[in-house]
Amino acid sequence: MVAIVDYGVGNLYSLVSSFKAIGVDAVATGEKFVIEKADRIILPGVGAFGDAAEKLFSSGLSETVIKEAKKGKPLMGICLGMQLLFDKSYEYGEHNGLSLISGEIRPISDVIPKDYKVPHIGWNALKFKGKSPIFKYLKDGDFVYFVHSFYGANCENSVIATAEYGANLTAAVQNNNVYGCQFHPEKSGEVGLNILRAFCEI
Amino acid sequence: MITKRIIPCLDVKNGRVVKGVNFEGLSDVSSPVELGKYYSDNGADELVFYDITASSEGRALFTDILREVASKIFIPLTVGGGINTVEDFDRVLKCGADKVSVNSGAIKNPSLIYQAAKRYGNQCVVLSVDAKRVDGKFKVFAKGGRENTGMDALEWIKRGVDNGAGEIVLNSIDTDGVKGGFDLEMLSKVCDIVSVPVIASGGAGKKEDFITLFKTLSKVDAGLAASIFHFGEVEIKDLKNTLNLSGIPVRI
Repeated sequence: MVAIVDYGVGNLYSLVSSFKAIGVDAVATGEKFVIEKADRIILPGVGAFGDAAEKLFSSGLSETVIKEAKKGKPLMGICLGMQLLFDKSYEYGEHNGLSLISGEIRPISDVIPKDYKVPHIGWNALKFKGKSPIFKYLKDGDFVYFVHSFYGANCENSVIATAEYGANLTAAVQNNNVYGCQFHPEKSGEVGLNILRAFCEI
Repeated sequence: MITKRIIPCLDVKNGRVVKGVNFEGLSDVSSPVELGKYYSDNGADELVFYDITASSEGRALFTDILREVASKIFIPLTVGGGINTVEDFDRVLKCGADKVSVNSGAIKNPSLIYQAAKRYGNQCVVLSVDAKRVDGKFKVFAKGGRENTGMDALEWIKRGVDNGAGEIVLNSIDTDGVKGGFDLEMLSKVCDIVSVPVIASGGAGKKEDFITLFKTLSKVDAGLAASIFHFGEVEIKDLKNTLNLSGIPVRI
């Protein structure tokens, strides 16, 4: 069973549905014992880092997620959920994350040319760096759907895929059993479902 | 590199697609789920569902159907039609919509854009504008293009983006339905004043119109159309292959 951590940020309907579509049992839950019992954890998220981190920490769910990840349970952060895995973010101030991936979250405007639009929104191609089990059904250049204005920086050792948008932006990261996707697998058609499928087979 | 998006728009009334299309392999041409899935399987980058229902019973049917679409189709969904309040945003987002498009609702209550953007983020708020030339100026029209609001379209769009609209759908009433190509002049003016994605709508009649659009206006991010896709005059897969061969980046 996959536990999709529900800490009051965003709507989890599409994520639950996408696991259903690949025949995997998944629940959106804010209960610690359900997360502890699950085989795998998804950390979702939309909106601003500061608000989300505050909700995750104040609910105490952050501790459960960190504890389970440190035990070796596969964990995947999606979009803002990926960013929350990092040490800290500079989105409107400075906020601490879960420190499961080394690095920090910075505005994409720092690295992309001035005439590029922010947010980076739409379908972009993945460029793999090394091999990751979550991409076992994909090929280099497959397209996934992005919506974000901030990106993972100083995380070179964890980057497993990038996307070119005037700069090579961090598209996915991995640190052992902890994975993060900046894009939305649940909105990336068959390619996205194949990433979730592979994650469930780890 | 980010790709140019091709977006079919489906008009839904009382939970059924208006002007259902007779594609091979579709058993129910009026089913939003089947038609949405057909487009999704055949290369659409995003779907727009437009609720043209007048009654509240119909609206409830629409949200049911939206929930079903969102449980079967895993590409971005935008919903428009009858969005007048933040509660309307809430209603469709809970059913699995990713973005919500506002038009007349924002004209009646311009703070709607700001309120919704603050609550759900700019990326969630799409400002859809029906514009038409009046005495050489682009004016905003309301009520499905029937009523001249007197507002200057460029000013309205600029204001919408300043208030938090994350995308603009520009529908030119002058070119809509004519099938002579997109309104490049109007689109170019809009691209010059905003830095958010601009989606061109109104006027596509053939594949070449999309090539001209993206070649002429590199800042346009997406092309939206309804009837040419519905009536099979242009097939999305074929269109994207042609765009690709013309050197325009698309998701194949």
